[in-house]
Amino acid sequence: MLGTLNLNVAFSALADPTRRAILARLAKGEATVMELAKPFAMTQPAISQHLKVLEDAGLVARRVDGTKRPRRLAKAGIEAMDLWLAMLRKALKKNYDRLDEVLAGVEQPKIRR
Amino acid sequence: MSKLTLKTEGNTHVVVTRRFAAPPEAVYRAHTDPKLIQKWLLGPEGWTMPVCISDARPGGKIRYEWTDGKGHGFHLTGEYLELEPYSRIVHVERMHLPDPTPDNHVETRFAADGTGTLMTMRMTLPDAQTRAAMLATGMEAGMEASYVRLEGMI
Repeated sequence: MLGTLNLNVAFSALADPTRRAILARLAKGEATVMELAKPFAMTQPAISQHLKVLEDAGLVARRVDGTKRPRRLAKAGIEAMDLWLAMLRKALKKNYDRLDEVLAGVEQPKIRR
Repeated sequence: MSKLTLKTEGNTHVVVTRRFAAPPEAVYRAHTDPKLIQKWLLGPEGWTMPVCISDARPGGKIRYEWTDGKGHGFHLTGEYLELEPYSRIVHVERMHLPDPTPDNHVETRFAADGTGTLMTMRMTLPDAQTRAAMLATGMEAGMEASYVRLEGMI
């Protein structure tokens, strides 16, 4: 189970448009640093720096393929963020379900008697 | 299919949408009338809001105090900035845990949607780190609610 700290790191890692674009690209499949750098007006070291932030946050993983180090989405990290947003939705849902009941009462105060 | 959506947007926003079966006027009142707010804005199961101040006019104060009835509690303060009955509320709020969190700037819109209402709440935090911390705090509250529900099932 991921703790609060890791989720903080993960959300901070997402707070950058280049890193979000990298994740969007990786969602389509594995890619090398060179392939990832192509759509951006950035050097490979700059992209590598962004990848390091994403890797430290547990959102991106790499494997060894000869001299290449293709990156892919780290399923566990992405799923943890998803799960956590789902929990937050659940807490909000509870409040709004209560609000539904309040609204039903406000709308028809006489029918209930 | 869930009626609620929650999404992060850009670096500092969180956007929540929800549909209600009541017209915008009723949903707007449930967000501004303290007697109504006290009935639903409660967080985890078992918590109540014994103090609810909602002075719904520009510059008016907001103060919500929650308690679990066992000596635990926290509160929120804020100010209303703009109100357009019954379509839009802009306010700032901060939690006191007990140190105040950075200001959360919230714009809530109520749009007629058939016979009901589509609410869109757009929160803006000062920076990405604050948003991350706010969402993480929300998770703890959500988890606590699920644990309490779980206890009820056992």
